[in-house]
Formats: sequence, C-alpha cells, structure tokens
Amino acid sequence: MIHQFKNNGIFIVLDVNSGAVHVVDELVYEMLSLLDDDIEYLSPKCPSSIAHSLEHYGSDTVNEAYGEIYELYKSGLLFSKDDYAQFADKMVSSPLKALCLHVSHDCNLRCKYCFAGQGGYGKEKKVMSQEVAFAAIDFLVNQSKGRRNLEVDFFGGEPLMNFDVLKNTVEYGRSLEKEHGKVFRFTTTTNGVLLNDEIADYLNREMSNVVLSLDGRREIHDQMRPNAGGRGSYDTIVPKYKHFASIRGDKDYYVRGTFTKNNLDFSKDVLHFADLGFSQISVEPVVSDESLPFSIKKDDLPRIFEEYDNLAKIMLERKKAGCGINFFHFMLDLEQGPCAIKRLRGCGCGNEYAAVDPDGDIYPCHQFVGQPEWKMGSVITGEFDYNKKERFAQATVYNKQDCKTCWAKFYCSGGCSANNFAYCGDILKSHKLSCELEKKRLECAIMIKTALSQ
Amino acid sequence: MKHIKTINKQNLKQTAVKGGCGECQASCQSACKTSCTVANQKCERQ
Repeated sequence: MIHQFKNNGIFIVLDVNSGAVHVVDELVYEMLSLLDDDIEYLSPKCPSSIAHSLEHYGSDTVNEAYGEIYELYKSGLLFSKDDYAQFADKMVSSPLKALCLHVSHDCNLRCKYCFAGQGGYGKEKKVMSQEVAFAAIDFLVNQSKGRRNLEVDFFGGEPLMNFDVLKNTVEYGRSLEKEHGKVFRFTTTTNGVLLNDEIADYLNREMSNVVLSLDGRREIHDQMRPNAGGRGSYDTIVPKYKHFASIRGDKDYYVRGTFTKNNLDFSKDVLHFADLGFSQISVEPVVSDESLPFSIKKDDLPRIFEEYDNLAKIMLERKKAGCGINFFHFMLDLEQGPCAIKRLRGCGCGNEYAAVDPDGDIYPCHQFVGQPEWKMGSVITGEFDYNKKERFAQATVYNKQDCKTCWAKFYCSGGCSANNFAYCGDILKSHKLSCELEKKRLECAIMIKTALSQ
Repeated sequence: MKHIKTINKQNLKQTAVKGGCGECQASCQSACKTSCTVANQKCERQ
C-alpha cells in the first residue's frame, strides 16, 4: 500500500508497510496515481494503458520513470506487502507498566472543555490518600513482571493540590527500585497555579517530563481556563512556566494547549509559546461533544488543515533559520522511532497502561475514569479484571476495521480507545474526526522531514 | 535515480522481528492525553 500527497509544493509518496518515504517528480506522482495504491504485483514493463496516458512526457522518459518505480518495488520500498500477520503472537496481553495516578480529583481551575468534570470525574471531589497511592505503586510493581521501566504520571484534577502525597509516592517508588530491579519514570501534568520555586525545583529534579497546561495567547487561554471566580489564569501561571523552563535546561517538558473552535488560528498560539521562550510545545484539538459551542466539527476541518499547513511552513522556516521549535504532533523519526510491534499494538490503554482514581479504583485510562462499566479493579483489594485487560490488548490496528486499510496505521496506531467509545460507542470503531486530524498532522510532519532533507 | 529521491530506508518489518520488548513509554504518558500518536515515541533500544 502507498499513500501519495502534495504538500508545500513537494510530491511525496509513503510506502505504508515498510515506512519508506520518497520525494518524486510530477511524472512519477501522476504515474503512481494511475496504479492501484494497494497493488500486489507490479509488472517489470510499464503497462500500455499508463504509457498511453502519459505519452505527452515522451516514451523514453515514461519508461525510465517506471523503471525507477519497479526498482523500488523489487527492493521492498514501494508497494511492499503487508505480512505482519506473522507477528500475531506479539499482539497479546502485556504486563501493566504505566499508571496515570489521579492524586487529586479536585481542581483550582474551571476549564470549560474539561473531560474530568472540573476535577471530580462525575463524583465527589477528593484527593488520593497516601495509603491508596502506595498501594497503586505496589500493584504496579507486582503486575509489571519482567518490565524494568515503570511510568507513573501524576494527574488530576490538579495533582499539585496533593503535593505531599505526590512527593511521598515518588520517594516510596524510588525505595522499591533496587530490590525489584525497576526504574521509575515519574511525570506530572499540571495547570501551574500552585507552582512555586520549591515545587519547581522538586519537579525539575524528580520528573522525567512535566506537562504544563497553557492554551496560548492571553485572551484565548483566559476564555477557556478561568479559576473558580471566573478570572483567567494566564497571568498567574506564565511567569511560573517561564521560570520552570529556564531551570529545566535540556530535560523534557511540554507547554501543552488545547485549541477549540475559538482559535482555529492556533498557529498563532504556538508562535506565542515560542515568543515566550518555550521550545517544547504541544497544542491539540479539543475532543468534546459536538453540541458544545467550542467543539470542533467536520465543517471546521478545511480551516484546521490550512492552519496545520501554515504551522508546518513556519516551523520549517524557523528550523532553517536556526531557531526551531519542537511541536509534539509533528515529531517523527523516519529512521527509527518505535518498532512495528509497538505501532500495531496501539496506545496500550487498559493493557500496559491504566489509571487509578483517588479511591484506588482502576480504569483502562484517564479518560474512562468515573464510568462504572469500565472499572477494571482496585489497587486496595488487588482485584483486576483480566478479561477486560485482554479485550484492550486485542484492540490492535488489525482488529479495527477502519484501521486495517488506513495508510496512517503505523503512526497513530489505531487512535484513542476512549474517544472511539465516547463518540462511536465502541473502542474498536474509529472516531473519524480525530482520524482526519491525525492524518493531516502526519502529512505535515512527513513534509517537514522531506523539505529538510533536500 | 532521476525521478525519485528516497528520504529514508527504514524498513518497519525489520523492526518487528526483534520488537515488542514493551519497555518504551506509553504514548499517553508523554504530552498528549487526548489525541493518540504512537509513532513519535522513542525506542528504548536505540
């Protein structure tokens, strides 16, 4: 299978099953569009129908171009076969090795698009006790079996509203590393309101990644992320984020925003982050019920695609000028990146990754928290629903009808199970709007790589 | 080649043979939490 597209004046062809990317001239682009993109056999000689359609290029030139296509086909870099079925035995349940730890189901902001119901996830607001947090760490260590690298993300609500438990949990996890042969990677996702110099120093020291929520320009951010009194939070948090970025150096952090219908010109927000001095940036589309006024709908896609194209061109210019920024969803390593098995397995939700709420209840991921039918167990009782776990383990690209034949399957890996369930009623049914956005981002990311290689 | 420039010679199939160690980061533990992308994660073996 191949996928061909034009972006920023470049003719690009992706060979889906090998991952090879080619820049082609207009003749080859046209020639490939005359072939079935999922062709199983390519003749050594240019088919007469194609030669006839392209005869205005001249027969020698057409045969030469076809010869190059054929050479790549023989090398397994064009129209390469999908023979991943042989790895089916690797698409099975894996040890749990990552937790999203909801240390606080309370929040000091009232973000309008919050999927967490302003912190409580539809239940009473509460913070996680130390006992529950430690039980979650024990549960993770026990479930992780031979996995060495364990991940714990402190999430909420707002996790810094329960900072003492966060710190004690880190200390507890570290105390188990040597005995159990594990390495903990702790991360925190925060709205920044409670960030101070002491907490910043602590997070910088202990966290392998820190995600700092900020939506962009002051008016954009304040419109969606007010505090309980209705006042915007931009001026409270931006100086704190600047300080954190300044002490963070080369270690991972992301300033992460959400764009909505209100800022479809979100490239300006990305550039605003860059102007503030942030270099690690993620800005994602809101995923929300379409009845909400700020939701993104199918009709918005052309405008969003245009904006992603704008952003890609700007990033390319900045990179060439030596002042590049890192945009999470345009990150792509065409030479390495994750192995094909990881890509086919999907995000790991409900299988390698799970969320634990303040009561110690386990859910497939942070977005399922609070939905009783998705509860998988409890870190307090040790109960764990392995049937549910197996169901998520089977949510691979090849078990999702729409994904099997999609060119982007090795990049998005089947999308988000929570979004699929929330908007299509089934973890195996793709949320089309998210798919379209993902495919556009991938095309932009590939374009940037090809442009930089020329 | 005159008409085609190959940007990368990655072969995902080769990565599948020795892949699946499971040690790399879960994608939602990075910066997303809402829109899944797996291909931008790093391989732990490299």
